[in-house]
Amino acid sequence: MTRTVAPMTPDARPRRRLGRLERPALAGVLVREIINFSSYWRSSAFSSTVEPTIYLLAFGFGFGSLVATVGGYPYVEFVGTGTVATAVLFSSAFPAMFSTYVKAEFQRTYDAILAAPVDTEELVTAEMLWIAIRAGTFGCTPMLVAMVFGLDPSWGMLTVPLIGFIAGFGWAGFGTTIAAAMKSIENFNYVISAVLTPLFLVAGTFFPIDQLPAWARTLAQLNPLYHCVELVRDAVFGWEGAADLVHLAVLIGFGLLTWRLAIWRMTVRLID
Amino acid sequence: MSKPLAIRLRGVVKRYGPITAVAGLDLELPEGSCVGLLGPNGAGKSTTMKMLTAQAIADEGELEVLGHRLPEASKQARAECGVVPQLDNLDTTLTVEQNLVVFTHLYRLGRGERREAVERALEIAKLVDRRATKVDKLSGGMRRRLLIARALVHRPRMMLLDEPTVGLDPQVRQELWALIDGLRSEGVSILMSTHYIEEAERLCDSVTIMSHGRAVATGSPADLIAEHAGTEAVEVYGAPPKLAEVEAAARAAGLSTRRTGTSIAVLRLDSANGATPAGERRPANLEDVFVLLTGEDIA
Repeated sequence: MTRTVAPMTPDARPRRRLGRLERPALAGVLVREIINFSSYWRSSAFSSTVEPTIYLLAFGFGFGSLVATVGGYPYVEFVGTGTVATAVLFSSAFPAMFSTYVKAEFQRTYDAILAAPVDTEELVTAEMLWIAIRAGTFGCTPMLVAMVFGLDPSWGMLTVPLIGFIAGFGWAGFGTTIAAAMKSIENFNYVISAVLTPLFLVAGTFFPIDQLPAWARTLAQLNPLYHCVELVRDAVFGWEGAADLVHLAVLIGFGLLTWRLAIWRMTVRLID
Repeated sequence: MSKPLAIRLRGVVKRYGPITAVAGLDLELPEGSCVGLLGPNGAGKSTTMKMLTAQAIADEGELEVLGHRLPEASKQARAECGVVPQLDNLDTTLTVEQNLVVFTHLYRLGRGERREAVERALEIAKLVDRRATKVDKLSGGMRRRLLIARALVHRPRMMLLDEPTVGLDPQVRQELWALIDGLRSEGVSILMSTHYIEEAERLCDSVTIMSHGRAVATGSPADLIAEHAGTEAVEVYGAPPKLAEVEAAARAAGLSTRRTGTSIAVLRLDSANGATPAGERRPANLEDVFVLLTGEDIA
């Protein structure tokens, strides 16, 4: 009888082949973000929540004095639910653009992480997850503020953080892709002016899109922010069945698309 | 029997568009030794270092790190390596200790091992008293020590050091040399790129001199000096016309020369048959070899 002996390797440690999207790699990148967050959470929470709240108050009470109800809802509640999507956008697309660029180009953080057993795919995925978690959390602020001004609680509100997370994941991928593709941080202005501002305005946040011209309505259908606005509103005021499934599917599709795009562009940027 | 190799490169080529940064590099690092990559700026040292962590992908050739083929198995190789980058990429708003804790996670240490690893790294970096200090309050030398200690939290078998002492005071440099020498004596394999000759001479068992993306010479510092620069050199000082004269005469006599900026060094005096120019005699050194092999003109 023969016994097979394991081949000798230079060291005795087990040599498990490391795969893709490993949990310890994702956790490592997330831990870095969480520890860093402890040093800047105040400013981040401030900018991500105060700005949409100002929009809510300005529009809610400014327009609210001219129009009592929109689409059957008191205007403050209409805007209060709409600006949840704004808060999600502000706390995902912008940090993804700016902090990704800074970490890749100025702080060289990503060089340090990629020298550890972490691949670009894991790095990008973990960074997007982290931004999505923050977006899901900060996104709730306008809704909470609107509740102070009379928005009634509902069970559907409990899904709003999840909707914010899914949409935030997509916008994080969008921002990361832009950051990876741009040669200079000044170029972000083109994206903000030509892409984000129009999307922000044609999303049904401040006014319903069904009074817009047909071309603008079609455009809104392609706008992930519009689907986020609608889904949040239905979560708060009452589900609409198939329409909400379409909104959800668009947000998930948007997230999957930008996730792969971000990984591709970041690989091009970070690996020579 | 020869020792197993921690690094093995064969015919490695890396191009950036029309520029060939590494042009057929062969390199071997026996386990437990310290090898220096020496070369002027643009010789391909940093590109080589980046390829070893798969942050640059070679166009041609074979790369093996700790028995793992790159780039396919580079993640396993990275798990067993510590990397000290040329540019400081510490998290400056975090404390010394937080920076180390982050890396215990990135290098996948178990829950029970992290505390001890952080303490050990703090001791290596001599920053035990500074554990709660934010990195942007540290001196340049402290930051470098932390950068090295950060790469050691997982007790790597190999260290990749890219210009570890560039831009530091002589005192700080000596301190880091002691640290690196300590690692070597513990049996850690070390690959170090540098353009400081003294650093390579003091720390490295073997030096590979790179020029234009190729290895132009490999050997221990002493062997390289003996082979390429001989045992003794003479330095002749004077006005530029006199130096040009000395240079021409030495060349005519079959001797190697090199300009030092203020003098002409005439090398290989031991092989000179006949009169040698008058001047200050000194032992030949690695810098002579470096300049002889990589050229006097700055690209």
